[in-house]
Amino acid sequence: MEKIQPKDIGGEYQYGFKDPENYVFKSKPGLNRKIVEEISWMKKEPDWMREFRLKALDIFLSKPMPHWGDTALLNQIHFDQIYYYLKPSEKTADTWEDVPEYIRNTFEKLGVPQAERKFLAGLTAQYESESVYHSLHESLTRQGVIFLDMDAGLREHPDLVKEYFGTVIGPADNKFAALNSAVWSGGSLVYIPKGVQVSIPLQAYFRINAKNAGQFERTLILAEEGSSVHYIEGCTAPVYSSDSLHSAVVELIAKPGAHIRYTTIQNWAPNVYNLVTKRAIAHRDAFVEWVDGNLGSKLTMKFPAVYLMGKGARGEILSCALAGRGQHQDTGAKLFFGAPHTSGTITSKSISKDGGRASYRGLVKVHPQAHDTKVRVRCDALLLDEQSRSDTYPTMEIDGERTQVEHEASVSKIGEDQLFYLTSRGITESDAVALIVNGFFECFAKELPLEYSVELNRLIQMEMEGAVG
Amino acid sequence: MYATLYLREDGMTKNVAQALLAIEDLHVSVEGKTILQGVSLEIRPGEIHALMGPNGSGKSTLSHVLLGHPKYEVTRGRILLHGEDLLQLKTYERARKGLFLAFQYPMAIPGVSVANFLRTALKSVRGEGAAKGFRKKLLETMQGLEMETSFATRYVNDGFSGGEKKRLEILQMVLLQPQACVLDETDSGLDIDALKTVSRGINQLASPERGILLITHYQRILNYVRPHFVHVLITGRLVRSGGPELAEELEKKGYDWLEKEIVIPAR
Repeated sequence: MEKIQPKDIGGEYQYGFKDPENYVFKSKPGLNRKIVEEISWMKKEPDWMREFRLKALDIFLSKPMPHWGDTALLNQIHFDQIYYYLKPSEKTADTWEDVPEYIRNTFEKLGVPQAERKFLAGLTAQYESESVYHSLHESLTRQGVIFLDMDAGLREHPDLVKEYFGTVIGPADNKFAALNSAVWSGGSLVYIPKGVQVSIPLQAYFRINAKNAGQFERTLILAEEGSSVHYIEGCTAPVYSSDSLHSAVVELIAKPGAHIRYTTIQNWAPNVYNLVTKRAIAHRDAFVEWVDGNLGSKLTMKFPAVYLMGKGARGEILSCALAGRGQHQDTGAKLFFGAPHTSGTITSKSISKDGGRASYRGLVKVHPQAHDTKVRVRCDALLLDEQSRSDTYPTMEIDGERTQVEHEASVSKIGEDQLFYLTSRGITESDAVALIVNGFFECFAKELPLEYSVELNRLIQMEMEGAVG
Repeated sequence: MYATLYLREDGMTKNVAQALLAIEDLHVSVEGKTILQGVSLEIRPGEIHALMGPNGSGKSTLSHVLLGHPKYEVTRGRILLHGEDLLQLKTYERARKGLFLAFQYPMAIPGVSVANFLRTALKSVRGEGAAKGFRKKLLETMQGLEMETSFATRYVNDGFSGGEKKRLEILQMVLLQPQACVLDETDSGLDIDALKTVSRGINQLASPERGILLITHYQRILNYVRPHFVHVLITGRLVRSGGPELAEELEKKGYDWLEKEIVIPAR
């Protein structure tokens, strides 16, 4: 049996194709007050939002770059070369026929309309800064469900947006949340009325196309008492030699007894910086799940958080990362226990190959008022070769009484004996590696709708092809 | 192919071309340490051979080297399947040629279901077409081995009891229908009921075309699977070959008397 050669592993990124830019508007590169005002003016926003943006810009400009994490990569971001606002078309279409043809073709190639027809209750497709397509099942509209791109949300439901926007993640939270707050465009506004169960998933798909593009979508999901919703997001971009920047802010609010599941399958091109802030508030007996899969990007920094603020609230975060050549997946989770009888779990699974780097960064904080709580953290890392790297940075601050804590961590390699066992059954070395890798990600795949888990397995299969010479 | 004639220790003349699996003067070392020191053995179609020996005699080394485990180095000798030398072939190629090893310590593959694993293996060994009607075939075979239906959805050897692991090995063997089966201490750690079930699986597979090499420390399994030949391996050499009665003798006397009798043959 031959050794796996790390240089042979690594599939080609298959969504790297690009369209010519035929845009309605493209801002000049770089960021200043004028560009922020321009964005707000073009969107015909209320004054409060323009003020919100400008204040956020000041915060962004005054905040230093993070001094933790992969500072070497972070400091390579050229903020003055990024295009902060790109408007591809005049309006958001509600039929695919009305989407400009070249953009429609791109989404067809990505399989987005096909997925919509098969198993989604609603979809927004965002291309660069703006949503180009949007749909929602009529039955949900009738029940009072709101699912709009955030710009339309602000126009049609200004009071709702004003009440909740930026309440979970303020502009001062971190430098990239400030950046997003200043130049945000697109994203989703989701509102689920009291008691309404949305049993079929809603999806948002994000596509970056232009070179040096910045995408800053902003999502807010509000699930009223006893309601439930499953929201899925996917994303891809073309491959360029220079870097793109994706910096989203996602705020979730689960009112008493509500259930929100937020699933991400991130497959950005290997030249995209993906610096995202995601946070949820779970009120009494609410349940929030983040299912976060990171396959693409150059550097991802993302630590979905759940604030357990009401008695009986639950939070579960499942974070999976695949770090290949030139990639650093700096991912993890945060759980804040702010109320008694709350519980949460963090499960992190990472695979590093081909010199890639995966870091788990986690924070569990139990405040004094949160007694009788339970938390379980499990981190498993799999290294496919000697060049790759895996680190864990777990932090636990426990000030509440009667907290039950479990923490398990493991780092493993694909063993000679495991490969021997599989190949002794006629399975080739690369198929054996793919099987082991798929198995490692099984806990993630099984949380996805069937179509996505099939797609995920296919992606992994492709990544592992040619793994053995 | 030339017929190579030579004299075996038991005085029988054999034609190598007729053998299903032929091991010729095999010398094997691991990390510089010599484990097998010239083992010759051949199995013709329809034969069941038992290979017995004390711990550390090299039994498991032989089983692993047949399938080409990368840890073991063959320093001399050949392994032939249907007259074709296997030593240049990779592990998966040997399996596709019809060689099978039931492991003493099967590995866990977390997250991979038994059904998925078996389907992948079946397609790999016998081609895409073999997977047709797979589920039905799987469930029937499992029933024959007294396995619950839920077994198919569990992860391969993950949290399995010793008996469950051994049953899964037999299940794989029955599904893959190999030509030459090597069973490495399949009987160890089994209670009497599991031993009977596993033995039934082996007997079910025994056929005039197939050859079986049963590696075992104890004589117990040979009450259920009757071998045609019994060989004794001590410190990397086959020191005695005979019929089933040899196993009974070992059961009574242990291995000590043979160890004392070892005469290293001059080569």
